[in-house]
Amino acid sequence: MAAGDQLLDIQDLHTGFRIKDEYYDAVDDVSLTLDKNEILAIVGESGCGKSTLATTIMGLHDSKNTRITGEIIYNDLNLIDLNETLYNQIRGNDIGMIFQDPLSALNPLMRVGDQIAEGLTYHTTLNKEQRTERVLELLDQVGIPDPLRISKQFPHELSGGMRQRVIIAIAISCKPPIIIADEPTTALDVTIQAQILDLLKDLQAETQAGIILITHDLGVVAETADRVAVMYAGQIIEQATVQELFENPLHPYTRSLLNSMPQEDAVTDELHVIEGVVPSLTKLPHHGCRFAQRIPWIPAREHETDPILHEVTPGHLVRCTCYKHFHFKDEKGEE
Amino acid sequence: MELITINDLKVHYPIRSGFFNRVTDYVYAVDGVDFTIERGKTYGLVGESGSGKSTIGKAIVGLEKITSGSIIYEGQDVTKKRVRKGMQYNKDVQMIFQDSMSSLNPKKRVIDIIGEPIRNFEKLSDQEEKKKIKGLLDIVGMPEDALYKYPHEFSGGQRQRIGVARAVATNPKLIVADEPVSALDLSVQAQVLNFMKKIQREYNLSYLFISHDLGVVKHMCDNIAIMNKGRFVEIGTREDIYTNPQHIYTKRLLSAIPKIDVADREEHKELRRKVEREYVQNEKEYYGSNGRVFDLKNVSPTHQVALASAKSGGVQ
Repeated sequence: MAAGDQLLDIQDLHTGFRIKDEYYDAVDDVSLTLDKNEILAIVGESGCGKSTLATTIMGLHDSKNTRITGEIIYNDLNLIDLNETLYNQIRGNDIGMIFQDPLSALNPLMRVGDQIAEGLTYHTTLNKEQRTERVLELLDQVGIPDPLRISKQFPHELSGGMRQRVIIAIAISCKPPIIIADEPTTALDVTIQAQILDLLKDLQAETQAGIILITHDLGVVAETADRVAVMYAGQIIEQATVQELFENPLHPYTRSLLNSMPQEDAVTDELHVIEGVVPSLTKLPHHGCRFAQRIPWIPAREHETDPILHEVTPGHLVRCTCYKHFHFKDEKGEE
Repeated sequence: MELITINDLKVHYPIRSGFFNRVTDYVYAVDGVDFTIERGKTYGLVGESGSGKSTIGKAIVGLEKITSGSIIYEGQDVTKKRVRKGMQYNKDVQMIFQDSMSSLNPKKRVIDIIGEPIRNFEKLSDQEEKKKIKGLLDIVGMPEDALYKYPHEFSGGQRQRIGVARAVATNPKLIVADEPVSALDLSVQAQVLNFMKKIQREYNLSYLFISHDLGVVKHMCDNIAIMNKGRFVEIGTREDIYTNPQHIYTKRLLSAIPKIDVADREEHKELRRKVEREYVQNEKEYYGSNGRVFDLKNVSPTHQVALASAKSGGVQ
């Protein structure tokens, strides 16, 4: 990939929340890049920091209670250093965001068309007629039938899938080069989910945008993403292209997750269970592998004291060395 | 051995409007559904949101007033509250809810949450009751010190397991599980599903498993019914539904499940689009006038499909 295609470069990002005068990093040492025309999926279970990462990129955190360090480089600008006024020019115009719950992301008292036009008022010089025209064009683009009628309706009059389309229309209204989609299909039925994911891909083909897709559904990842980063307890523990990750998963967490899915073909009686629970933010170990306590049968010497990401093959990164000798509890390990 | 037989179940909600607030129309949430639940088996009820699958579950437990039809349990129609009370139906049929946070009383401790159904149906001394609750917690893999904790002190998966423990507390014969794992993470989902299977083996339970996740349903269920617009479009064994789907709606649902198969994802997408096109083009052939789903017709002894004429083979 040529260097000019890189849209976003995140380096050593930490986002810490203040709890009783101490900061706890919900996002810990995350480095990522996003290229043009690429779908980067961020996968992880609830509480792993994937949404915090998204809101950090969007600059949605209250600076009084959060501590953000590191770099988010976009167009030679470090987004972390921006003040609110400058950030407002970036939000919506350069980075669009699609939220999980379309009903709470939309204003219930505002007509759908006006909500889409809102971003255009801030970021473009279009006059009222042009804006209305653009709104209808956008609604048509996201596959809403009869845009003129729908644009005058309120969010509660639309179905879940329609609302999500409206959210997408808002996110792409200013043709942003970066789109962050935070669980865009989690609240939707499978058939609608397929439509929305197709829509995102089609839109991307038109605009060449880079999409960060945040999800917990490995199926969605396998169907849509180009590259995948797996997060656990605030850290990226594995990163690879989508083919590589599903064919050759290395990190114990990735392998356990894939194993705990109900299998397509083989109907097994028992599903694989990952021992223990995700450690809470305040109880995260400061040193050592964060996944170690959930695979207690792997001896401590297999883990690194301060796990770093190792590049196993070009583009395939794995944190900690424990993957080398990892085996599931019921399997024989090679000694 | 059959446990419950449901005949022509209908649940219609009235829509009121106009000056006198008269009933002007009905929402046909469940519109003529027949099926039988056998001992020790798991039945899957699959459909999109609004298809009426939860309404069936609630009607069976007795939380929903039915419009017509009958639910036969041990030879008696249990659609009347009086009948249900007289024959301990409420003890034999329990429910697991989707959202564990809102289905457990936040002001009660675990011992009281799980103890409530036991106190309703059995007379036990405090010691015996405590022993029984400990046993139940053990089955769902929870530590003993959970007894005196409140629901908010647990994680989502643990809370759902408390819900499971409460449902099995009265030694029921049927558990209606309404989307029991939809709100859970993958690894936690695996835990809860494993416990549900283990409990089934121990108590010879039947499950009515309501879900929109076809992967989970495939893992759990012996028989599966696909619902659309308040009626069954297809009902059959797991093999019937997954290897030989006949109705376009079933095919559409199946093709929309994301697959962990990166190499073939373009083909998968192509297939999905083909089915979607077929669905749009031939919708009229699969649904009657005014969009009603046809009556079920036998394709094989275990497999029934709602088609206009019972043409075997279908399109694929």
